[in-house]
Amino acid sequence: MHPIVEAAKGEKLLLLGNEAIVRGALEGGLRVAAAYPGTPSSEIGNLLFQIERDLPGLYFEFSTNEKVAMEVAAAAAASGLRSLTCMKHVGLNVAADALMTLAYIGVRGGMVIITADDPSCHSSQNEQDNRLYARFSGLPMLEPTTPDEARRMTAYAFELSEKLELPVILRTTTRVSHARAVVDTDELPDYSQPVKGRFEKDPRRWVPVPAVARVRHQVLLEKIREATVLADGSSWNRILGEGDFGIITSGVAVNYVLDALEELGLEGKVKVLVLGFTHPHPTGLLANFLKGIETCLVVEELEPFLEEAARLVAQERGLSTNILGKATGHLPRLYEFTPGLVKGALIRALGLEEQKPERPDLSWVPELPPRPPTLCPGCPHRETYLVVKEVLEELGEAENTIYPTDIGCYTLGLLPPIQMADYLICMGSSVGSSCGFSVATDQRIVSFIGDSTFFHAGLSPLASAVYNKHRFTLVIMDNETTAMTGHQPVPSQELRWPGLEDRPRIDLEAVVKALGVPQVVTINPYRKEEAKAAVKPILASNELGVIISKAPCILFRGRAKK
Amino acid sequence: MTKLRILAVGVGGQGILLFSRVLGETCLNEGLPVAMSEVHGMAQRGGVVETNIVLGWKSPLISEGEADVLVGLEPVETLRALPRCRRDTVIISSTDPVVPQIVKDGLATYPELEPALAKLRETFDRVYLFPGEKLAKEAGTSRALNMVVLGALAGSGLLPLSKEAFLNSLRKLVKPKYIEANEKAFEAGFNVIK
Ligand SMILES: Cc1ncc(C[n+]2csc(CCOP(=O)(O)OP(=O)(O)O)c2C)c(N)n1
Ligand code: SF4
Repeated sequence: MHPIVEAAKGEKLLLLGNEAIVRGALEGGLRVAAAYPGTPSSEIGNLLFQIERDLPGLYFEFSTNEKVAMEVAAAAAASGLRSLTCMKHVGLNVAADALMTLAYIGVRGGMVIITADDPSCHSSQNEQDNRLYARFSGLPMLEPTTPDEARRMTAYAFELSEKLELPVILRTTTRVSHARAVVDTDELPDYSQPVKGRFEKDPRRWVPVPAVARVRHQVLLEKIREATVLADGSSWNRILGEGDFGIITSGVAVNYVLDALEELGLEGKVKVLVLGFTHPHPTGLLANFLKGIETCLVVEELEPFLEEAARLVAQERGLSTNILGKATGHLPRLYEFTPGLVKGALIRALGLEEQKPERPDLSWVPELPPRPPTLCPGCPHRETYLVVKEVLEELGEAENTIYPTDIGCYTLGLLPPIQMADYLICMGSSVGSSCGFSVATDQRIVSFIGDSTFFHAGLSPLASAVYNKHRFTLVIMDNETTAMTGHQPVPSQELRWPGLEDRPRIDLEAVVKALGVPQVVTINPYRKEEAKAAVKPILASNELGVIISKAPCILFRGRAKK
Repeated sequence: MTKLRILAVGVGGQGILLFSRVLGETCLNEGLPVAMSEVHGMAQRGGVVETNIVLGWKSPLISEGEADVLVGLEPVETLRALPRCRRDTVIISSTDPVVPQIVKDGLATYPELEPALAKLRETFDRVYLFPGEKLAKEAGTSRALNMVVLGALAGSGLLPLSKEAFLNSLRKLVKPKYIEANEKAFEAGFNVIK
């Protein structure tokens, strides 16, 4: 049994924010969870995947993408069970179609949607602020500041969700998801027996044809009003200290603010509004807070989400509080904050003297080599790239070829000496963009996609490519796993994690052929000469073709079994 | 109350996560308020990795000039992290290099360490340098470098934690068949500094 399940009430654990979320979800009676991995959310799914085997009363699956995962969790919640889905920030873009209308039809059992944002793009292609999805969809949102708060908030999110009959968004960032700290534990419900829900039919609720949707939108607006009252009175939203100068803050930045106040000797002398229940904005609370102070600094990462809310409240209530933040240049809209940056902003906003600590002279430090992440030694992706590169060179086409790429370990093919990654938007874009390049240019197009990404977002653009007669070669890098995010399963894999031996296997070559792709070949990239001979006709042709390069990720091969 | 900011830096694959887990669990067991921030994901593939460990502070992140202790598993990474230090920051570092792939491919150069490390000693008040990988190898496996460095941190006496306390959590977190080598590695690091 995993220690996270074993820990009895009152035991203290040293947990990652993501692990604390899982503990909180279990304490809150989670029954059905589904996810597609993505850093910084991945440990939530990985842990649920591990413990599900020990808990008959919990169901978890890795779905093929975030939209599917959200729909799985939504249906479970519609059947009265407590459910959860988690994803990285960009995953919510994929699930957004479901999200926006799920907000209309709502839930019966509590449902928590976890979005783990990544300010500074530590492992992402953008740093979008998913708090805007709460505003966009109208859904309530909670934002923890520490792992223990993440645990308690997750458990509470189920209650809130059931009270409002709406899914609740729990939004973390990298520095909350990947913080590790001391976490308390509460009672776990009984997970020894499977639990089933029951779906009660009600087409006027669950089937949003226009006539229903119009009514449900009205219901949603009423619920937002109800939720605003809850946010105003929520114990997640609290005021610390007193004074004429105020700070409004949320998320990990709360820690930076509190440490800075301590270091500046201002603990208790500044009035701090800590917000954990951030959407709907607690407008009553904000109004009362702003009324009592002269100046207010809003400290939040990325978009001016609370700052704009505060300005709106001030304007509506005719308050003259001076609101400082991103609009006034005190804090940036870019990248994650650091404690030093927040301290500096506070010093400026308060008009204090800045005390620079003595910094040693470091001019002697030599130029240091960068350390970009690289493919592991012996990685099959490197072999695949070499096979394709050498054949294109032999054909004299290497320079004339565009290499649309996708997201996974193989994106590292961007770096020298491979340098075969020219264009990327998001998961699945290798295939869709190849269609576009094939009509917009006369260049040769060879694109790369991983097996997990192919099931996530590659199937439907490939169907489109066949039907619209686009010409390019798609290389599917079948390493039998979702390597980059921690070796999660893929429907086509032969190598399995223990416990998945009985799952059916979807044969990639059969799928591609069934879609009607005119040329398909499977290679073993380690058998170079054989592989080169096999791919040459496809790479030379002017028709759509798919090369499946099949060899397991070497790290995964060491850990899983056939 | 102990208030300390420890920045640990290294290269993906050197075991910095286990280093910080053992340190963290030891703090937890001894009732020290610990929080840390880890690097997961892509950077672990041979990239620069760091763990920020704070005792008594809320922010699990260490800014420029804020580190009280810098622990380096690799010398170039120690040099890279110096802007986060003050003159009185205690520096504990292995000197065995991990040469980046990009250098092996001839696309960058690895600096000459001798003069840089001499300057390092001159610039900071307390600097402890030792060949961590060599010591780990002598203890049974070069993979226990992380425990050599942890031993050195324990030996520095900067933390109000006994050697036994560290060893207890080491035994809990390391796979049984590697415990012996890891304990030896820890001892080697402990003795190199004490
Ligand atoms: C919408 C979205 N979801 C999740 C991710 C995180 N993510 C990046 S690549 C990847 C999958 C990688 O698997 P695969 O395509 O098989 O390539 P591999 O890493 O195995 O080479 C995931 C889950 C993302 N970037 N975008
Ligand atoms: S984890 Fe696997 S797929 Fe990723 S670089 Fe390493 S060997 Fe290649």
